[in-house]
Amino acid sequence: MTLATVHSSFPYVALLLLVPAIAAGVVALLHSASRQAVRWIGLIASLLTLGIAVAMLIAFDAHSGGYQFVTQHSWASALGISWLTGVDGISLFMVLLTALLIPIVLLGASEQRRTKSFVAWLLLLEVGCIGSFVSLDLILFFLFFELTLIPSYFLITGWGGPNRAGAATKFFLYTFFGSGFLLVGIIYVAVVHASQGHALSFSLFDLQGTQLSGTAGMLVFVAMTFAFAIKAPIVPFHTWSPDAYAEAPTGASVVLAAVLAKLGTYGILRFDLTLVPHASKVAAPVLLTLATIGILYGAIVACATRDLKRLVAYSSVAQVGFIVLGTFALTPQALTGAVLLMLNHGIITAAFFLLIGWLVARRGTSKIAELTGLQGPAPVMAAIFTIVMLASIGLPGLSGFVSEYLVLLGTFLVHRWWALVATFGVVAAAMYLLWAYQRVFHGKAEGENAAIRDLTVAERLVIAPLIALIIFLGVFPSPVLNRIEPSVNRIVDQVSLSNCTPGLVCTHAPIDVRSRTSPASSSTATTIPGANR
Amino acid sequence: MLHQIYLMPLLPLVGFLILVAFGRRMSERTAGIIGTTAVAGAFVVAAGSFFALLGQSNREVTQSLFTWIPVGSLQVKVSFLLDPLSVTMVLFVTFISALIHLYSMGYMRGERDFTKFFIYLNLFVASMLVLVLANNLLLTFVGWEGVGVCSYWLVSFYFDKDAAASAGKKAFIYNRVGDVGLLLAMFLIFSNVGTLDYLSIFSHASAFSSLTATLIVLALLLAASGKSAQIPLFNWLPDAMEGPTPVSALIHAATMVTAGVYLLCRMNPVLHLAPNAEIVIATIGATTAFVAATVATAQDDIKKVLAFSTVSQIGFMVMAVGANAYVAAVFLMVCHAFYKALLFLSAGSVIHGLHHEQNIKRMGALRKLMPWTFGAFLIGWLSIAGVPPFASFWSKGDVLDNVYRHYPALWVLGLVTALLTAYYMSRLFYLTFTGKARFSEEGPNGEHPIATPHESPWTMRLPLVVLAIGSLAISVIDFPWAHDLSLAHFLEPVFRTTIYEPHESVGLLYLLGGIDAVVALAGVVIAWIIWSKKTERPNLERSFFRNVWYWDNFYDLLIGRPLTRFSQFCLNVVDLKILDGAVNGVASLATRSAKGIRKVQTGQVRQYALVLVAGIAALLLYLLIRVH
Repeated sequence: MTLATVHSSFPYVALLLLVPAIAAGVVALLHSASRQAVRWIGLIASLLTLGIAVAMLIAFDAHSGGYQFVTQHSWASALGISWLTGVDGISLFMVLLTALLIPIVLLGASEQRRTKSFVAWLLLLEVGCIGSFVSLDLILFFLFFELTLIPSYFLITGWGGPNRAGAATKFFLYTFFGSGFLLVGIIYVAVVHASQGHALSFSLFDLQGTQLSGTAGMLVFVAMTFAFAIKAPIVPFHTWSPDAYAEAPTGASVVLAAVLAKLGTYGILRFDLTLVPHASKVAAPVLLTLATIGILYGAIVACATRDLKRLVAYSSVAQVGFIVLGTFALTPQALTGAVLLMLNHGIITAAFFLLIGWLVARRGTSKIAELTGLQGPAPVMAAIFTIVMLASIGLPGLSGFVSEYLVLLGTFLVHRWWALVATFGVVAAAMYLLWAYQRVFHGKAEGENAAIRDLTVAERLVIAPLIALIIFLGVFPSPVLNRIEPSVNRIVDQVSLSNCTPGLVCTHAPIDVRSRTSPASSSTATTIPGANR
Repeated sequence: MLHQIYLMPLLPLVGFLILVAFGRRMSERTAGIIGTTAVAGAFVVAAGSFFALLGQSNREVTQSLFTWIPVGSLQVKVSFLLDPLSVTMVLFVTFISALIHLYSMGYMRGERDFTKFFIYLNLFVASMLVLVLANNLLLTFVGWEGVGVCSYWLVSFYFDKDAAASAGKKAFIYNRVGDVGLLLAMFLIFSNVGTLDYLSIFSHASAFSSLTATLIVLALLLAASGKSAQIPLFNWLPDAMEGPTPVSALIHAATMVTAGVYLLCRMNPVLHLAPNAEIVIATIGATTAFVAATVATAQDDIKKVLAFSTVSQIGFMVMAVGANAYVAAVFLMVCHAFYKALLFLSAGSVIHGLHHEQNIKRMGALRKLMPWTFGAFLIGWLSIAGVPPFASFWSKGDVLDNVYRHYPALWVLGLVTALLTAYYMSRLFYLTFTGKARFSEEGPNGEHPIATPHESPWTMRLPLVVLAIGSLAISVIDFPWAHDLSLAHFLEPVFRTTIYEPHESVGLLYLLGGIDAVVALAGVVIAWIIWSKKTERPNLERSFFRNVWYWDNFYDLLIGRPLTRFSQFCLNVVDLKILDGAVNGVASLATRSAKGIRKVQTGQVRQYALVLVAGIAALLLYLLIRVH
């Protein structure tokens, strides 16, 4: 067994996975620990993970569009599977989002009942999410991708609402069903690659040069996109999400909607566009259409919902529509906007679910009809909800606008009819959110609504980082945009150069994705097999 | 002062931040003073910038702060452009804002959320200044949305009243529809010339085909009709009167609602490329002016009359834009800002004095009781009615002269509207200030008599006096006899593309002016004959006009209700039955077939999983066979 390792001066990626994994193990094995102790362990571990993620952000070279902090260990060499991880400007922010939200959930939405298992599952979920974002080996990605299902399932069934069993089952099976197709797609590409005289490998670097016929490429695209479309979720594969988000406990809703769903759109970006760029280009009109339908459909259904959690779920469907629209428009602005929107939507949705969770904790319901006039007794909650709502509507100066604008503008440059229709989505978003706000916060509060307690100091502090980010990313997004753009440009070039002559195999111009390891060790770095072919 | 342009939006923004951070611990007085000072400071900077600009030959000063959105070819900066047009705007915006802040300290005294009111007001002024000073369309859009959201907050300021909450929401959503226009205009412009900076757009304007230019201008018109309350998006503005009266004066009369006109004026080089769209603009403006004027003749709420009059007056401005008469549009905008703010603040004084009664049928005889307010309203009334030599005679006359040249038919409609304007404003004036004191009687619906009103405190009277003087003096800025000192001359660098065709004969101008004067006086006299004796004239207050031509009902029938039904259909049928039904159907099919194969029942999840794995294996097998 050979050990092909690229040295990284500091093992950011490995630590990002190890710290929460070890903490999860410790928490699970502790028998007699008090609830407080367990929470502290979880909190320290997740804050440590966040610290590592931030350090990685600082060490990240903003000018490079390639993968950085790449590590490769051979693992199951006989099967061509290796431990290959690294981040680029896209996954970097997904990792940061995950690392940021876990401590916030532990602080703001921890469960009092069976805290130990809650913390352990949550940390395991963090491992699954971060692992998926950093994996550059397709089987490794698939394993992490599947790993997220288990903690999610147990979080929903363990601490969820009255219909949790049905919601969890639907969520689990639906996503699991989809991932079957993903696995088939992955194995198919690898086998074709091997049959063309290469060693069996699941490394993204190796497989991105695979020559697939037009039909085969399209089949692979359909299989993988199906899995990701369920996860994202893209209309019409979204029906698990309102149930799951509404029934899950607050903490799980936050991670599910803000991070886990991003695995779908991230998967499309990372694997569809890299492995089968030509098929992605050919199928783009279909996906653009689904995205546009999703934007309007999500908004229209949101107008009819009678529950805040479901409202946010359908609003997420609409937002995912914007992400997919930007992804398949395949211009630098649109794709950069889509990636930024993945981050922004994560932050905004997390804030929404936290607030709704606190509201439910006070009033015992998230039914819109039972809530009235809360702005009177709870002005701070109302103010924070307003900021989050306006960010979601896309008010300039707050984070949501920049991404939405980039997506629409970038799409308009090449597909103006889709962009034209999608632009009307901005009206729809204002309609259902303002309607809900009026019903819940405006009017005269009576009875239980009048007695509601405003947000505590602790709660304000927990949500403060999210609000600060919403404002910061709205006013000064360039530090993030500058890091996303090079990676996006790499993908855009790759897709635009891919070609397919009828009857022949498709060629992708393999872009040099040779990774940058950390500066100290770059000179001694062993070349990654296949990466510079 | 030209290096301190950024201070104009920054000062009110700082005021906003101070009040957000420390407002809760402040007394009303302190909070009010901070809010007012911040805006007054912005006015001082604006005045300084104006004189600095006058002192130099280069009348276009750009100041860049930082790059906001840099992605590829899209490089949007936070930069400000000070030129004759923007400096004209900031001067009157900051001046009137400062006065209305001062007025609000008196008007809002003792209200719940007093500080919050100033928070919103300061943020509004900051946004408005960003809108006006931005050097590119996207930054203008930031201000555009900022004023919109402040308007939403301030309209629904009394949020426990359903009407106020709904009005705020309506204002926001109507504006949002208009925003689609501005977004699309930006997309079209960027995809053709690759920039959003005004000056670069104008220097590349030749790149637009006439179709593109037409589409851009129509999209801009949609945006303007949302913000400036024009057909088809005008009917949010009357509802917005639910907000406190200083808000109606500042946002919904003097400043924000003219932003659409400003945008069209700013984009004049593009408008110039789309003569067909200009006809649409002029027609929309003239029609809106007329429709709103007819509605104003039949309203009983003092603020509603003024609201429809605002819609109508902005219609005149839009009509001027459509006739290429940008200077006339700006001139009317400035005059209107003064006399309409004056009218609203006087109305606020009346409402304040009458303990929140707004029905003019319950007023009368306030002339003696509120002399200051009476005097202020009198000047406002004569100004808007177009009676010579007051402001509107000059400014509205300028608009009508230009329209006469381009669109004679619209000129006739404009004259009719001018007659209606003089008529409904006189009706409002007579019913409010003359005749019998009806407030001391029981109301038509059994309301209690109202205690004798009192004149308002000095914080409210001072702004009235200043605005009254302003309304009297403002028309000096564009007298036709002193071209070199006039607004037209000052604005020439901005509206370089045209505008004034060779002057008509002096005789014709005097004739047109004479017609305007006769029309205005006729309106005043007719109203006197009709309304000085009686307060109820059902024939002249038809419910068709009272109910705004049933415009809202029409929208509700055509859009509101179908959309509600459709959204319920989508949720209950498409989502729950069809899409989710399909998913559940597939799942139960899988279960049943699994049961057939294996009798072991070990829980649903495992069963499904087994079927899935089997399916995947089969699929994989098939594909692998294909490879080899």
